Amino acid sequence: MIDELFDDKLKDLELKADQARQLLIETLLEAGSGHSAGPLDMADVFIAFYFHILNHDPKNPDWPDRDRLVLSNGHICPIRYVTMAMAGYFPLEELKTLRKINSRLQGHPHRTALPGLETTSGPLGEGLSQAIGIALAAKLDKKSYYTYVITGDGELNEGNIWEAAMFAGKLKLNNLIAIVDRNNIQIDGFTEDVMPLEPLRAKFEAFNWHVLEVDAHNIRSIIDKIREAHSIYEKPTLIIAHSTPGMGVDFMEKDFHWHGKPPNKEEAKKALDELRTLQGKIMSEHK
Amino acid sequence: MLNPTLKLNSKVFDSDVELKPTRAGFGEGLLHLGETNPNIVALSADLAESTYAHLFAEKFPERFFEIGIGEQNMAAVAAGLAVTGKIPFISSYATFSPGKNWETIRTTIIYNQANVKIAGHHAGIMTGPDGSTHQATEDIAITRCWPNIEIYVPCDAIEGKKATIASAATTSPVYLRYTRDKTPTMTTDETPFEVGKMQDFWITDNPQATIFATGYMLHYALVAAKELEEEGFPVLVVNVATIKPLDEEGIMRFTGHTKAVVTVEDHQVMGGLGGAIAEFLAKTNPLPMEFIGLQNTFAESGAWKELIEKYNMGTKSIKEAVKKVTARK
Repeated sequence: MIDELFDDKLKDLELKADQARQLLIETLLEAGSGHSAGPLDMADVFIAFYFHILNHDPKNPDWPDRDRLVLSNGHICPIRYVTMAMAGYFPLEELKTLRKINSRLQGHPHRTALPGLETTSGPLGEGLSQAIGIALAAKLDKKSYYTYVITGDGELNEGNIWEAAMFAGKLKLNNLIAIVDRNNIQIDGFTEDVMPLEPLRAKFEAFNWHVLEVDAHNIRSIIDKIREAHSIYEKPTLIIAHSTPGMGVDFMEKDFHWHGKPPNKEEAKKALDELRTLQGKIMSEHK
Repeated sequence: MLNPTLKLNSKVFDSDVELKPTRAGFGEGLLHLGETNPNIVALSADLAESTYAHLFAEKFPERFFEIGIGEQNMAAVAAGLAVTGKIPFISSYATFSPGKNWETIRTTIIYNQANVKIAGHHAGIMTGPDGSTHQATEDIAITRCWPNIEIYVPCDAIEGKKATIASAATTSPVYLRYTRDKTPTMTTDETPFEVGKMQDFWITDNPQATIFATGYMLHYALVAAKELEEEGFPVLVVNVATIKPLDEEGIMRFTGHTKAVVTVEDHQVMGGLGGAIAEFLAKTNPLPMEFIGLQNTFAESGAWKELIEKYNMGTKSIKEAVKKVTARK
């Protein structure tokens, strides 16, 4: 069960999302390599998960009854690391070690390196299958936790995704909820130029999924859609989360060149100045 | 002579020796595991009967998952099951798994340290008439290069069952290699089996060379050793059922007096059993070696016994290799 969301909690979550974006920019600057656009655009989703949706215990990351959050597009892990640190899985200070030697924060997430990551990911298209395995184990063990998986949209090019989509549809896995970061970009350009995904909703519906759509920057809507997905008993649910790549940093937004690079010092300063004045602006834009 | 302490099949050289495919051992072993461990689950990519996984499926339908023809999905679903405490066995033809889904296994099972057992069937040119597309002759090479994995290659169906059962006793991922056709039963239920231990199946006084063989090809090696002995040319024959971890102490012991090595496998000579032993000997005790296997080529369709002869992997070739390597000492 997901708690009711009151206005003061919502405001707190929005401020946290802003803080997460600032920490993200600082973390990427310190790391000197990594991805910017995807982590920025998933900030609201990750904050909604770690601070409202997930049934979890940061001090007991292996708790067997926890909800599982699988990250399939591992390259956006900096935003996961940031929100995990904010939630208390590890000290914020450790974010400075991202991508450096002897760090638990690998460039792409490694399950055995850091408690709380459910899988190892990076090579694309493999997260949905792993989430199916975890959801299937819940059925076998008669456990009631949910398995959530976040995927990119570009990674839906991978054949493995469609093998997995067919299988989840076959199993009618109602404890599995996939969220696609529909930011319309991938490394070589816009998704509809590189390899068109549309009609994406119809594709998953044809694979026997229940499909919902949401504004990935509206935390109340994100939580509402997850709640709605919980009420779907006969199918797995896919939520197409429409996002703006680079969300929150004007000069990064909607520019696929920011998919795979970090900001330099001047760019980071500009981004932080912008983010520090944002303070809840993202939701109000959608009113 | 056959090593009496190993309680081997006394009919191993007889024309009426019991014949059974090693893959039958997988089916029997998996069934046994299903009966004794509720965490064992099995996944199939539309080949349940070929891999003998159907024996498990019939008995434990609630723990059997038919994935369809999707080997990447099979591997990653198994990884998800494993990190949640299950012990999944995935099975298909070795060219497809761990062939086609190699990177998926690398990331989600091996690097991820997920307790998944990968059963590769129809290995080697013994897959015969199906042709090279279905003859896995690189699977040992592509799995042996991974950290965090164990690799078992049983010589007959009885050892196949023991190896399957043994694979569940470790939390490491394991690659299990099985072959299709019926081959001679060389061991018995009483023959000891221990992961990581080589066994000298054929022993003799004053051996001139050591033959290390893996899988069903061990029978060719034993026949070669028997004939060589009758020709006054004694050799040792060692069964290597565990390719990884390699029994380094065993290699030293079994080559200590012979100082010449022939390796025998139904696999490319690159990166398999021969490669593993050569890597070890090169850094500890360099010895002349000859390699029986597929010599940097693909094979073709045909009856497997004919292919073994055409590609110079049979008894005659093994005997020639023994003489050649002995002359190089």
